[in-house]
Amino acid sequence: MGEVIVITSGKGGVGKTTTTANIGTGLAALGYKVVMVDTDIGLRNLDVVMGLENRIVYDIVDVANGNCRLKQALIKDKRFESLFLLPAAQTKDKNAVSTSQMKELVGNLKQEFDYVIIDCPAGIEQGFKNAIAGAERAIVVTNPEVSAVRDADRIIGLLEAEQLHDPMLVINRLRPAMVKKGDMMNIFDVEDILAIKIIGVVPEDEAIVVSTNRGEPAVLDMASKAGQAYRNVVKRISGEDVPLMNLEESDGFVDKLKKLIGIR
Amino acid sequence: MFDFINRMFGKESSNSKTVATERLRLVLVHDRANVSPHMLNALKEDLIKVISEYMEIDQTALEVNLNQEDNSVALVANIPVLKMKRGYASGAASHS
Repeated sequence: MGEVIVITSGKGGVGKTTTTANIGTGLAALGYKVVMVDTDIGLRNLDVVMGLENRIVYDIVDVANGNCRLKQALIKDKRFESLFLLPAAQTKDKNAVSTSQMKELVGNLKQEFDYVIIDCPAGIEQGFKNAIAGAERAIVVTNPEVSAVRDADRIIGLLEAEQLHDPMLVINRLRPAMVKKGDMMNIFDVEDILAIKIIGVVPEDEAIVVSTNRGEPAVLDMASKAGQAYRNVVKRISGEDVPLMNLEESDGFVDKLKKLIGIR
Repeated sequence: MFDFINRMFGKESSNSKTVATERLRLVLVHDRANVSPHMLNALKEDLIKVISEYMEIDQTALEVNLNQEDNSVALVANIPVLKMKRGYASGAASHS
């Protein structure tokens, strides 16, 4: 029996899909059997982020309506034999799948896979309710800025109300230089406000843009800092105890000077 | 002195994250109260229970709200008192 993890955020554009792609791919790279489910019906994107957009035949709505068997709709990844994607429908709306259909679908996937990773749509409407319906664990993605943290707080409250306890936090797109200047909330500020456990901190990284352009998740890019951060997240999900990465930038001239005269 | 040097090196000059955390703290008081209105209701019931030991109050007119000022949130309760109970002033316990 596998584990079902939903990746959610409330606010759009904080990196849910990127996080889903990287966690899914990273778990597969560790040898687990993984399926990623895109529940963002009408605005599917996990397929392009994974570089699998040309292979789609059936989607989640086809499965829910019985137009095809579940196995027919699963797309095998280019890189890993044990990694699959169940794409969202692009032409239907968010109510095309019901909560009970979703529960059943996820229940079936759980039999076959070690991890079922669900990419949740933005918002708190039906699409969100469907996405969390069959989940056992939740990962909340946020950025260190006011609107994203506020929405994350709302989502955490709604997850609790749906009996999804102890969600874990990914702080995405952190900019160490701004944190250092005091112009961006740091890990502890966000942790203090949201009062949930942090499972990863991912720095802002141009490599993410490049990897998304190519359809190759950054978690496989050994040179990328964000990739390293996602590899750590994946290890923590699978139960390994990995310390948070040191995101401090190497000391510049001013810092050396400050050290020299003893303030710091 | 250190302050001045820090400012010169741009450490404390534009600490906008402090502003961000402070604003978030305030807005989340309201957000969380809105997500669970039953929390305010439960508080109201508990208040009635406690206060009723000391005085008779008008339960239907009782109001409990969160009021926001510039940089603080206050819990404001308006509790009309109908009658004081006897006994507490003289020190004799009169739990009924």
